Amino acid sequence: MVTLVGIVELARFQFAMTTIFHFFFVPMSIGLGLVVSVMETMYVFKKDKIYKDMAQFWGKIFLLSFAVGVATGLIQEFQFGMNWSRYSRYVGDIFGSLLAIEALVAFFAESTFIGLWSFTWDRFKPGLHVLLIWIVTIASGLSSLWILAANSFMQNPIGYAIDNHQGRAELTSFGALITNKQLWVQFPHVIVGTFVTAGFLVAGMSAFKLLKLKKNDIQIPFFRKSINIALVIGLIGVVGALITGDRHAFDLQSMQPMKYAAMEGVDETITSSERKDKAQPWSLISVTNPDTHKVIAKIEIPYVLSILGNHSLTGGNTTGTNELEKEFQKKYGKTHSDIKNYYVPENTLFYAFRVMAVGGGGLMMLGVVALWMNRKKSKLILTQRWFLWILGITTFIPFVINTAGWLVTELGRYPWVVYGLMPISDAVSPNVSVASLLISNIIYFLTFAAIGGIMIWLSRRVLHSGPSAEQEADDAVESRDPYEHLIEGSEA
Amino acid sequence: MTTLELVWFILIGVLWAGFLFLEGFDFGIGMQFAFNARDDKDREALYQAIGPNWDANEVWLITAGGATFAAFPGWYASLFSGFYLMLFIVLLSLIYRGVSFEFREHMPTIQATHLWERLIALTSFLVPFFLGMILTATVSGMPIDAHGDLSARFFDYVTPMTLVGGVAVALMSYVHGLNYTRLRIEGKIQQRALTQLRYLYPVLLAGEVIFAVLLFFYTDFYQTKAMWTIIILAFIVLITVSGWYIALKKQHEIIPFILSGLSLASVVTLLFVGLFPRVIVANNPIHNLTIVSTASSAYTLKLMTIVVLTALPITLVYQIWSFWVFRKRIISHKVVE
Repeated sequence: MVTLVGIVELARFQFAMTTIFHFFFVPMSIGLGLVVSVMETMYVFKKDKIYKDMAQFWGKIFLLSFAVGVATGLIQEFQFGMNWSRYSRYVGDIFGSLLAIEALVAFFAESTFIGLWSFTWDRFKPGLHVLLIWIVTIASGLSSLWILAANSFMQNPIGYAIDNHQGRAELTSFGALITNKQLWVQFPHVIVGTFVTAGFLVAGMSAFKLLKLKKNDIQIPFFRKSINIALVIGLIGVVGALITGDRHAFDLQSMQPMKYAAMEGVDETITSSERKDKAQPWSLISVTNPDTHKVIAKIEIPYVLSILGNHSLTGGNTTGTNELEKEFQKKYGKTHSDIKNYYVPENTLFYAFRVMAVGGGGLMMLGVVALWMNRKKSKLILTQRWFLWILGITTFIPFVINTAGWLVTELGRYPWVVYGLMPISDAVSPNVSVASLLISNIIYFLTFAAIGGIMIWLSRRVLHSGPSAEQEADDAVESRDPYEHLIEGSEA
Repeated sequence: MTTLELVWFILIGVLWAGFLFLEGFDFGIGMQFAFNARDDKDREALYQAIGPNWDANEVWLITAGGATFAAFPGWYASLFSGFYLMLFIVLLSLIYRGVSFEFREHMPTIQATHLWERLIALTSFLVPFFLGMILTATVSGMPIDAHGDLSARFFDYVTPMTLVGGVAVALMSYVHGLNYTRLRIEGKIQQRALTQLRYLYPVLLAGEVIFAVLLFFYTDFYQTKAMWTIIILAFIVLITVSGWYIALKKQHEIIPFILSGLSLASVVTLLFVGLFPRVIVANNPIHNLTIVSTASSAYTLKLMTIVVLTALPITLVYQIWSFWVFRKRIISHKVVE
């Protein structure tokens, strides 16, 4: 039976689409949680109302992103069973337990305390209230720890044994799961990525607002301070992302060499000792023919791949994709004869990796310059409108970078759903029809387009009304907190 | 069957029951955006009655799903892939419902706000309705093959039994929500809730009787577990009648609310007792999915037991604290928009 698109392709498309869309809002809300926590903490210690206004104002964007993050996260909890039932049966013993732990120890806390935080601004003392947002932030960080532990198992499966009688993988060591080497490079990388996302988002939105404000507007100090707080967090994030990213890529050489070779555009094995400069060159640009898997054009910079891959000016070897293909055919050919080849989408990985690296470097420089221009005694940032434009547009850059990182991680796993253990084609639900998958894909797509559009529109609206709307409302009715006025006897 | 397997079967039931008890009234409140609210102040009061807590209540469903995945991967895989389209509608409804609560606050015009509020009402009906359908479908015999794959066609899961099951769960949620309104909101909306309850309790009772009759035709509950089935059904009818009486004659507010929550939990109890020791009933009894055939390894069950025994009590403490913080009544006509 020949069909134009099969259930595997449709299920993969759905997984990619739903996780990418979800992952726009995950780093955004975790990071914004931190930014808001820091702002509210400054309010508690400095007792300056501007920090409270900040926490409340950026808190609105945080709540919006959190709502969309939760809503799109629901899909993740369901779709393994819906689209990947064979996978769920085969590794549910391991993978399912991590998802359940996430819900039990992290997600419950997040959603309870975010409700408490957003409705009790003027009911709790500031010292207690700030604890609520910190619990939300820490719990959402923990949430990502468990999810990434699950993903790390797919990337680097350990702590299990195959039960041939049951025909599935079973957990043998929970300790191994949560000390997975993959997890402890991936988790820090994602966490600092949330700093970057929220930091440059707050700075960028503030820049847009500064462009709109008239000279001497009373809101100017509010947004300038916001830029400073956000960029300090953002810069810590960028530096962290570059360090952890380097570590992550370095480890891939042994853990997932095909992913690494594709990321660096290495089709034929590089042996540095055979080269004149004794060093591996790094491709700045590389184009691979997706059919022959040969690099057809590249621009190389000498020494750099030795620095990245060997952490030294010279030396080190990189096995090329073509040699790895032969190795894998030999290694898995007998047990997984249905896998045609082990190549990953080379060009996508290559450029996605460069988007991350170049993007990270660019953000770092921009952040440093922005902080310098925005220093207390200078008005430079207000006069250089072109710079505010650049900073504003940068709002969107971390989202592109996050997506690139996700693509490298997940596409680089091909053709495995669990690396070396279970091929993607064995994982899909056999009982779900093409029609069901097609319908759900189309409706998800339209839903995400609508929600994404509304999110951008609403964020602009919140920014447009600005914190002054907040303050006026505060003066009129003391607070946004409805309970103050609704609770019997609280008028006194 | 090991002890832990049994414990986890019960725990999954407890999570479902907890979810329906808690999120049941959120759905009921959501439906009241269309069926009970008269003006914007009413709708704002409805939102504030559940605003701080609905998200955490929904986590009970996510935990029920996650726990099924962890403890019974075979059950999770067959259930979620087998009822694909119904679950897709549930998911989509939860997505739109979740964002609607947040989006409605930021709308520039009243009309736009109303759009999200209508969506809240619609999705608050769709979720319990389809979950009710799915839960009743799992007990009424589905086409399952030797691999455990469930390939139900439209008329396998759309039957009088499942439709009544869906309506019953949605209606129970609505009644539960009306009781919650009486507990939490003051104003004319509370009076209207009482009036609606006057008409809905008899309807609910009639529905429960129809459900009990259909159970005879579509399941083997009366053959295999006649005593338990009758006891639990009688209990459901009893608490419905008591709730009816106490709400309308005694004008009491807390007890009817607890009773309507208990009736939702009892439906779950009924279905789980009837299922036991199966988890999904197949057309062909050879292919029944059972606790034993779908359970995780002993190691994983032990791990998960430790996690649940540590985490769930703590969770309950802070969730109860949260309800306590927001215990005071909202007065509808005083709502500040």
